[in-house]
Amino acid sequence: MSQPAPPALQIQGLRKSFGKLEVLRGIDLSVAEHEVVCLIGASGSGKSTLLRCINLIEPIDAGRIAVEGEEITSPGVKVDRIRRHIGIVYQSFNLFPHMKVIDNVTLAPRKAGKVPKAQAEAQAMELLTRFGLADKRNEFPDRLSGGQQQRVAIVRALAMKPDILLLDEVTSALDPELVAEVLDVVRELAAAGMTMVIATHEMGFARDIANRICFLDAGRILEEGPPDQIFSAPREERTRQFLDRVIRAGRLSA
Amino acid sequence: MSGGAGSLDPNVAPVPRTRRGRPRGTGILIAALSTLVVVGVLGYLIVNSAGWPVLQSNFFDAATFFDTLPKIVKAFALNVQIFLVTEVMVLVFALVLAVMRSLPGPAFFPARFFAIAYIDVFRGLPSVMVVYLLALGIPALQLPGVTDDVFFWGIVTLTLIWSAYVAEVYRSGIESVHASQDAAARSLGLSRAQSLRYVVLPQAVRRVIPALLNDFIGLQKDSALVGFLGPIEAFKRAQIETDATFSFTPYIAAAVVFLAITIPLTRYVDWLIARNRRQRMAGAT
Repeated sequence: MSQPAPPALQIQGLRKSFGKLEVLRGIDLSVAEHEVVCLIGASGSGKSTLLRCINLIEPIDAGRIAVEGEEITSPGVKVDRIRRHIGIVYQSFNLFPHMKVIDNVTLAPRKAGKVPKAQAEAQAMELLTRFGLADKRNEFPDRLSGGQQQRVAIVRALAMKPDILLLDEVTSALDPELVAEVLDVVRELAAAGMTMVIATHEMGFARDIANRICFLDAGRILEEGPPDQIFSAPREERTRQFLDRVIRAGRLSA
Repeated sequence: MSGGAGSLDPNVAPVPRTRRGRPRGTGILIAALSTLVVVGVLGYLIVNSAGWPVLQSNFFDAATFFDTLPKIVKAFALNVQIFLVTEVMVLVFALVLAVMRSLPGPAFFPARFFAIAYIDVFRGLPSVMVVYLLALGIPALQLPGVTDDVFFWGIVTLTLIWSAYVAEVYRSGIESVHASQDAAARSLGLSRAQSLRYVVLPQAVRRVIPALLNDFIGLQKDSALVGFLGPIEAFKRAQIETDATFSFTPYIAAAVVFLAITIPLTRYVDWLIARNRRQRMAGAT
């Protein structure tokens, strides 16, 4: 216990290509326990692919990924077991439309985690209550607003008690007035000490919540640092250009 | 953020919808009239044709009809037995085939190959040929411990044939479930089999229920093929009555019995398809 804990997540030399297109070109990233890292960068810079690789949904071409000190990219590793420790929430929610909210949340704990039904439901209700969704337990996903659906998706990932949570642009598919309720959930998780890697276009939110910002450009982490430094005094020209574009876009839509 | 430049100008009145001016009921009247004219002309031509009196006494003899109908209805109980038992077996076996066919990766190549070859062969052969070859051929082998009951083998053969069709229906359903659903299940730690069992298949089957029922109608008709083997079902009974009465009217009676089952089911399928479409239009994902 007194030994220095291994980082929650460690990535070395990660490469990933789709056909001829190299999307990740050597990513090195280390995330400490309870740390919140935000990935920013233009569309196509590799943020989503990086998250999908960490979750082993995308097979990687080169490099290593370790979670809690255990290398998860070595050949013999059972991916189903690893994925239970890494939660991921997608931009498009991907709730199971044929299941009620409660069943969406309890499916994985019951079937993959072998938790008895009553216990899984009690834990699910605890989480749903915590995020203001207790009254939706028997609704089907298409009866919920986008914001509610995304909150259920987050609860569904949390129900597996992951060591680390990956959020892939979780507000990008939402109507503007629904963004806040989802970001509030993420803020609460950060305050509770959840280790998170968040790909996002919400710069204000990233600045607010992140311990560290990584700017991805063309498949590399071009610049990383504390939010204040990245947003106020970026060292790299590309980072500056990206942030300028974001600010201009922000002005236009305001 | 909401509203703004994109919202409609409240001062502009909505455009009145055209093509709505026709009073209700006119459509039905026109449909009835045109049907009456077409049926009337066709009926007139048939009834006044030279061969009509002979045809009428051969096919539409009321006395024979009502005399043989009860016997045929009784024999139809066997058809019901055949298609119900077969349908249950088809639904299970076809699902196995469809899952085999959708297994990914090189390790499962033999399973995929078997499923594809099976489906190609059984969909490509005339049903009546398969019934003769298998249901008469296998018992003729006189294998020890294998029944020579043609009724049993008739059901097995129909199961083999219709499973090939239904497997393709299932497969289209499996492929219609977006890959992100499987990804969501897998990323929660569910195994491939669990994702298939709890996430993909329930959605796939729901979507193809109308198509499954459609194939069920086809199977009901094919239950008459078992009559070729000897068991006296409705078609075979009609054949026997035809030989006894020297009239083809029993076939008409058998046809009426089949239609009494298949037409209501066809209408039900249409209704299901229309409801499915409405639900999709309503934006359910």
